[in-house]
Amino acid sequence: MTSNTPAHENAHEPHHAHGHEASHGSFKSYMTGFVLSIILTAIPFWLVMGDVFSSKALTVAAIMIFGTIQIVVHMIYFLHMNTKSEGGWTMMALIFTIVIVAIALAGSLWVMHHLNANMMPMSPEMMKNMP
Amino acid sequence: MSETHVHTGHHADTEKPQFYVTEEHHPESSTNLGFWLYLMSDCLIFAVLFATYAVLGRNYAAGPSPADLFDLPLVAINTAMLLLSSITYGFAMLQMERGAKAETLFWLGVTGLFGLAFLGLELYEFNHLIHEGAGPTRSAFLSAFFTLVGTHGLHVTFGIIWLVVLMVQVNMRGLIPENRRRLMCLSMFWHFLDVVWIGVFSVVYLMGVVG
Repeated sequence: MTSNTPAHENAHEPHHAHGHEASHGSFKSYMTGFVLSIILTAIPFWLVMGDVFSSKALTVAAIMIFGTIQIVVHMIYFLHMNTKSEGGWTMMALIFTIVIVAIALAGSLWVMHHLNANMMPMSPEMMKNMP
Repeated sequence: MSETHVHTGHHADTEKPQFYVTEEHHPESSTNLGFWLYLMSDCLIFAVLFATYAVLGRNYAAGPSPADLFDLPLVAINTAMLLLSSITYGFAMLQMERGAKAETLFWLGVTGLFGLAFLGLELYEFNHLIHEGAGPTRSAFLSAFFTLVGTHGLHVTFGIIWLVVLMVQVNMRGLIPENRRRLMCLSMFWHFLDVVWIGVFSVVYLMGVVG
């Protein structure tokens, strides 16, 4: 059990003299990521510029989905994210950040939406007399 | 993550029990993890700016809306510039792995040019907006827009400065371990900016134009 860990760390890239940790991509993985990200960028631009869907909600949902997939593609192929680098700590930090980001985004929208909905409605006359 | 081994068992009579990990299996350098943590904290800055934009992005103050202002073909070209700079940085890293100094410098240079093209287009867009009277003071939407996109642009600016400094370093000292480490950090920074840009073009430009 104890001898497992060092052996596993040496096993990846034995030719690497400086023993650098993070896994680097290969030409093939960079190109895969590049082609995928071109496709995933082109589709949402096409959806909006070509007015493909008549429904706004559907277009917005599609943009969000393609954006999320593209972020994952970039994380894997360009930033070389995996569960093993740095003993899993990069993944832990990423998950923690995603949780915080989700709370900040969802929380802000939620609170501000209710704040807006509970504001006194303003008439155009009131708006004119505003400082 | 490390398991703590308590060495009791048959050694127990000769050795004191140990309650800590005996073999340190740190990677040689913790720079990558540290830099990753910095990127995650940068991610939080952008998250807050995105949240601000999401809250204020519909408050036009009777001014122009995204559909009136944004030129999607320009944004598409801008996105292409950043994507291309990402892949050329990848090529620079592959050349660095091979130890090819001249090729590394070449691809770093190409990356810098794509980065400059991106910045140039963004500054052109900002300039155009401000001349149309849609500057950051026009409405809450435009304040949030300029803050978010401007912060990203500032990051790219500093990335380019960093890139130029590293090109000088590599030129003078070669691909020594220190420079490899620095190039690795800039690689993460550069690809991270590309990830943020995915959020910007999706949420700000595309969803803004859809309305």
